Amino acid sequence: MASFKGAISVDTERCKGCGVCVVNCPMGVISLAKEVNGKGYNYAYMAEPDKCIGCASCGIVCPDGVISVYKVKL
Amino acid sequence: MGELKLMKGNEALAEAAIRYGADAYFGYPITPQSEVIEYLSEQNPYERTGMVVLQAESELAAINMVYGAGASGKRVMTSSSSPGVCLKQEGLAYIAGAEIPCVFADVVRGGPGLGTIQPSQADYFQNTKGGGNGDYRNLVLAPASVQEMCDFVALGFDLAFKYRMAACILSDGAIGQMMEKVVLPDQKPRMSDEEIKAKYPWAINGRKNGTQHRIITSLDLDSAKMEEHNIHLQKKYKEIEENEVRYEMINCDDAEYVFVAYGSSARIAQKSVQLGREAGLKVGLLRPITLWPYPTKAIDALIKKGVKGFLSVELSCGQMIEDVRLACNGRVKAEHFGRVGGIIHTPEEVLEAMKKQIIGE
Amino acid sequence: MTVEDIIKPENLVYQKSKLLTNKPFHYCPGCGHGTVHRIIAEVLEELGVGDKTIGVSPVGCAVMAYDYFDVDFAEAAHGRAPAVATGIKRVWPDKVVFSYQGDGDLAAIGTCETIHTCNRGENITMIFVNNGIYGMTGGQMAPTTLEGMKTATTPYGRKATLPAGAGFDGIPNNGYPLHITELIARLPGTKYVTRQAVYDPAHVRNAKKAIRKAFENQINGKSGVNFVEIVSNCNSNWKMEPVAANKWLVENMLPEYPLGDIKVDGKLVEK
Repeated sequence: MASFKGAISVDTERCKGCGVCVVNCPMGVISLAKEVNGKGYNYAYMAEPDKCIGCASCGIVCPDGVISVYKVKL
Repeated sequence: MGELKLMKGNEALAEAAIRYGADAYFGYPITPQSEVIEYLSEQNPYERTGMVVLQAESELAAINMVYGAGASGKRVMTSSSSPGVCLKQEGLAYIAGAEIPCVFADVVRGGPGLGTIQPSQADYFQNTKGGGNGDYRNLVLAPASVQEMCDFVALGFDLAFKYRMAACILSDGAIGQMMEKVVLPDQKPRMSDEEIKAKYPWAINGRKNGTQHRIITSLDLDSAKMEEHNIHLQKKYKEIEENEVRYEMINCDDAEYVFVAYGSSARIAQKSVQLGREAGLKVGLLRPITLWPYPTKAIDALIKKGVKGFLSVELSCGQMIEDVRLACNGRVKAEHFGRVGGIIHTPEEVLEAMKKQIIGE
Repeated sequence: MTVEDIIKPENLVYQKSKLLTNKPFHYCPGCGHGTVHRIIAEVLEELGVGDKTIGVSPVGCAVMAYDYFDVDFAEAAHGRAPAVATGIKRVWPDKVVFSYQGDGDLAAIGTCETIHTCNRGENITMIFVNNGIYGMTGGQMAPTTLEGMKTATTPYGRKATLPAGAGFDGIPNNGYPLHITELIARLPGTKYVTRQAVYDPAHVRNAKKAIRKAFENQINGKSGVNFVEIVSNCNSNWKMEPVAANKWLVENMLPEYPLGDIKVDGKLVEK
């Protein structure tokens, strides 16, 4: 069975820190940062990058379209 | 050139729209203008020219269909009568704000409220002073004959597209219902989609590849931009006031007293002029054809030529008189005479009013 | 393998549609409007119809949808989007026309336009975002507000009727949550009617499929209105955190507004 490794890039300045991606990530990769962006939002970031499988659940559910998802086959 | 026919004013308006190459008519029945949509439905304009005719569920829906189709660059018309035009005011304000060209006809009946189905000119304020919200104007053309009901469709569309705004054909139950001979123009082809796209780059009819999308809206939450937009609209209105005033003068060259009347009232006042002249009175008639922009300068010129007083003759309790008085600015006497409730004044009583209210015994 | 090794253009599997502009959505954090915008844009991009699509935005939170979609757009008066869309579609029958409305716009002030546009069977796609409340004006009761739900104009909860009075078994009050989608599904002019949600990835995928079908029907010349309701959230006016609002939606909105196709290819779905 092929396994995948993924990663996300978050447009942190446009992220509103709603946290919808956090609860919808099946691997528990994403957290909200302690730091804030220019609008004062605690933006989403990959807290556990090693666990990301590139399933794109976060991107699909993000209301602001700030997450791009990348994936490689190992 | 031209086809001579005997038609009702409402029918002439409808036929003129087809022949002008209008793309769509959206309307809702109301007396005394239902002949417009009936005639269009009977004529099968979709087969004649490809023109769309749709009976909407309300005047509100009809004017918003006009908003959509007009926003896409097509030539669109609607018509109604007074209470129906009240409902259209929402759409007309949006049309003014979003700068959408269109033509609408108001075949006025008596009010207020449901009023009467008889002719009236009591919607002068509604159409010339606004009616919807915000600082805006509509071009207002006042036909006095079936021929002008026909001719003002083309004029209305030309002006509407020149200035990207609504043009109103302000008629009344008398002009709409009466039959007269009319010379109809030849059929013009409808503009092709390609012509529309090339001529009206602002219109929303599908983004051109690689170019930015177009937006039609009356909204801007940026106050500075909204002020700028309003200034732009006012500049446009100023330009129209300078260039698009239309009126007719009858027996005014040596007149000392002048009737001011439009539409069906002008037809009656013209007879009053004749009767007055026969009685040795130096009376004339100023017939505004555009009610907005108003022929203020024409009144000014008449005063400078020696006119001593004006009588505004209207099928209303006195609406246009305000514009006549603004033009006179207190220099000469200006009074109103009118019958309402569906009663049309006689030439004799109009002349009598001139003698009593303006000339003096 | 490092994150930098993975984040390369050739490994991209998901990004925001190119049919959305770069303007950040003005919506509140976690608002479903953004997700619905995104999937509409994805569908239009995938169908390759960006150049022939004309959208109509409502009055309400989505009033400025025109700023976000990189397609031609008209902003309609409150409730009139279906009439505006009708006007456009009738004179440009080959274009892809869609309206986008909220519950107050589509099911209160615009009910007349909604019903008649559906009844005429206009070949358009109607997107209806139902979050049971007026968002833009600050959280007043919507026609779709649930019974018992507190809003700015039902501060003690929406009550359909007040307790029985003299000679009455109940005094009319705020009325009942309006199921406009079931209503219009009964009209012969509707082709495809469905109710979806966007609170988690699985439902976003379903909603996107539904929206795709709603546009494909129009593009393929199937006559009739294609109507997609999205049950969504309004965390600001529900006064909840975004994640909690989605949970509340599942527990409260969905029992009243169950998800799934209501009418497919002009036939009501047997339940």
